[in-house]
Amino acid sequence: MKPAHVRLENIAKRYGEQWVVRGVNLNIRAGDFFTFLGPSGCGKTTLLRMIAGFAIPDEGAIYLDDQEVSRMPPWQRDLGMVFQNYALWPHLTVFENIAFGLRERKIPRAEINQRVHQALEMVDLKGRESRRPSQLSGGQQQRVALARTLVIQPRVLLLDEPLSNLDAKLRVEMRLELLKLQRDLGLTTIYVTHDQEEALAMSSQIAVINRGEVIQVAPPRTIYEQPADNFVAAFVGQANLIPGKVRARMDAMLTIEVGAGNNNIVQVVDAGKNFQPGDSVQLCLRPEALELSLAGADRPTMNQIDGKIVAAAYQGASVEYEVAALGMIVKARVAHAKGQGLFQRGDAVRLAFAPEAANCLAPSNGA
Amino acid sequence: MPPTTTATFAPPRQRTDWWQGGIMAALLLVLTAFILYPVLRVLWISVSDDQSNFTLIHFGNFFRRPLFREALWNTLWSGALVVIFSAILALPLAYVLARYEFRGKLLLQTAATLPLVIPPFVGAVALQLILGRSGMVNLLLMDWFDISIPFMEGLTGVVIVQTLHFFPFILLNTVVSLSNIDASLEEMAQNLGCHGLRLFRRVTLPLMLPGFIAGSLLTFIRAIDDLGTPLMLNQKNLLAPQAYLRITTIGMDDVDGYVVCVVLVVLSMVTLLAARKYLSLAEYATVQRAAPVARRLQGKNLAIVWFVIALTLGISLLPHIGIVMLSFAKVWSFSLLPSSYTLGHYEEILFRVPHFVINTLIYTLLAAGLDIILGAAIAFLLLRTGVPGRNFLDAVATMPLAIPGVVLAVGYLRVFHGWDFPGLGAPLTSSWVILVIAYTMRRLPYTVRACYAALQQVHISLEESAQNLGANRLCTFIKITLPMIGGGLVAGGLIAFVTSCVELASTIMLVPRIELGPISYGIYLYMQSPLGRGAGAALGVVAILLVSLGTYLTHRVFGGRAGNAFRV
Repeated sequence: MKPAHVRLENIAKRYGEQWVVRGVNLNIRAGDFFTFLGPSGCGKTTLLRMIAGFAIPDEGAIYLDDQEVSRMPPWQRDLGMVFQNYALWPHLTVFENIAFGLRERKIPRAEINQRVHQALEMVDLKGRESRRPSQLSGGQQQRVALARTLVIQPRVLLLDEPLSNLDAKLRVEMRLELLKLQRDLGLTTIYVTHDQEEALAMSSQIAVINRGEVIQVAPPRTIYEQPADNFVAAFVGQANLIPGKVRARMDAMLTIEVGAGNNNIVQVVDAGKNFQPGDSVQLCLRPEALELSLAGADRPTMNQIDGKIVAAAYQGASVEYEVAALGMIVKARVAHAKGQGLFQRGDAVRLAFAPEAANCLAPSNGA
Repeated sequence: MPPTTTATFAPPRQRTDWWQGGIMAALLLVLTAFILYPVLRVLWISVSDDQSNFTLIHFGNFFRRPLFREALWNTLWSGALVVIFSAILALPLAYVLARYEFRGKLLLQTAATLPLVIPPFVGAVALQLILGRSGMVNLLLMDWFDISIPFMEGLTGVVIVQTLHFFPFILLNTVVSLSNIDASLEEMAQNLGCHGLRLFRRVTLPLMLPGFIAGSLLTFIRAIDDLGTPLMLNQKNLLAPQAYLRITTIGMDDVDGYVVCVVLVVLSMVTLLAARKYLSLAEYATVQRAAPVARRLQGKNLAIVWFVIALTLGISLLPHIGIVMLSFAKVWSFSLLPSSYTLGHYEEILFRVPHFVINTLIYTLLAAGLDIILGAAIAFLLLRTGVPGRNFLDAVATMPLAIPGVVLAVGYLRVFHGWDFPGLGAPLTSSWVILVIAYTMRRLPYTVRACYAALQQVHISLEESAQNLGANRLCTFIKITLPMIGGGLVAGGLIAFVTSCVELASTIMLVPRIELGPISYGIYLYMQSPLGRGAGAALGVVAILLVSLGTYLTHRVFGGRAGNAFRV
């Protein structure tokens, strides 16, 4: 079946007095691997369930290939969902589980046989047809769930944190397998997760969701490198958020005073946010964007901040430092090669960064 | 799918301390003396001849005699009918209770447990007044249409009484297994295109079936073990009354009585094992996410549901209404309603012969206390130690579920009759102590389960961290374990109390003298004569009140999980 595109128009949903989803507009193109990313309770699963038809939006409309489906019951939508707990029926065998949707579609027995076996082959589970779900490992159950959904050739594949019940190593493996399947089949996929690493690794588009609202929709690189606001910056990856004030602007280059009055001046490239002198801003600095050097070794570069090492955590390929600077704790991750020395607690250091490595964000409301 | 993790922790650990071994030995001694040995003795008599040689001739005789064949058939047939009718009453209610939200749901839930508070033999008497040959309904039918329907004659009466009493067991079990079905299992089917009745047939029904079947099998056991109802309705050709009549009228040496007992035990055992098997199957679908969202009922559907409620409530309350009216009736025969009312029956049983009520309180409270001690000790050994023989202990403590009261009583009479029990100076069977022991053993499985469940909730690390902080074993138990399992212990005791209050089968066989009899014995005696029926009914009302109180307290302690107490 041709992959469908999905459009959400102004979707809102509340439980009781509480709005769990508000004003969501999304356009999910055919063939996209589209991820809803957000902390638990942000409304991402509710959004997915509304697309699947298990919940009905209080406001707005859902379109599948330009047909409105907001109130269509789930069994007519022809979407494939994989639940977080897999929802394999314990009273049916692997074969019967996978054949379930085909039987609902009144497909002839011979074709069911053939398609179930194809599906089993696809997920590498040949020969397990007559097992019960309880006789399979977590990873195998996951693949049965996937096969059961894919075998009906759904218009859209909906995945609700499908990897969260697997152990770390298996999760990474399944991630790749899932991606490969999705690309091969060209399926429009909507993927719900709270794991930012997973989202960055798999998605073609990410919608970051917080408190029921979509904060930013963009490809992974944009999400990480140009976060729309503090929330995205802090939720996706680690971020040092440093308050400051714009002193001057020259073309795209901003001169910003950071810290509490002690004349630390840095220069940062404004990525289209158009801040003006006098504006309050927050500087978003990724830990890996910071360079560390001993305070004495003075090199004439710009964007230097003095600080003192508070803690050092050796992590093999890198070292993570906590540095007291500007009256706060700044995190820095420095690549480490065998034989290199480490900074010690108490060392006076100098933090440096390139103007284009930082992002200038509007300060969060109330914070 | 990882099973939901409760804090179960049976450590394969440490050496066995001497005191653990001591507790184990004491428990084994008690359970062997009062459960295993009496039953084995009954079994042995049924398979041995005069010279104590093994023989199956008695069983051959049993199956050759039409009387016994008929009793066996009647037992199986009426048990099956009770299950079928109970299922018909219970299933629609169970589905509505588990899946819908509506006004008056609490009322329905309460109504569903009411039949459990009236002992079936009391209900039998009451139903005779309403449905019997000269009962209310038939008087009306005679008046209007000049016909009468023999509701209470023969097996029909037994089936009606038992159905009305036992259907809540199926209801509770089915509700539990319905609400244990993970919501996503049904949603997934919808997602794949399945809905409505088809969804019910392909997914919901198969998933709830194990719980439903387990409930049905339990109901079957209770129905075939029930002695009081057939006795009250004078329907003697069933296994339980046959065993009773053989032993009490022909005598302790009549082998046929023992054979009937063994047949009953075998039937119950097989059914119980089947029920356990199904329940373990039911575990597989337990909840990971919340159960399916209850849908709201409104309008026409609500009206239909309320009609069903009213009907069920009405039918299942018939015995209660009948017994209360009888207890206040001065004269009530061949008339629709009593012709005059009196408080005399209550005066009789509360002031003139108060010993029935007093005895009941003494016996049942003692039995409940003993059950708590035994249950807690057994649960402790099972969960917290590695003493050898734990599984055997568990099996013996569970056995009473499948030992009809009649059989246990016959075993006691056989074993403890005719020799002075140490410390008592008389045979155990001539003392009221035998009743307390019988009640304790009969209800032990429930208390063990309650204690086990309670202790299971206390992860061993909670105790270990107390010991790590310097508390010794006793101090840990008093400060940490006891407060956490206290509720479970009390609930277990309450169940023992409630069910003992209305225990008839073992009571009527074991009561040494009339003045030592409890309420159930009193009711049985009074009901023998038409003149005593009022006082018997008054005792019945007292029993209902005691059971209601106990049930209410159990619900308070157990919370919404009270239904679990009635599962195997």
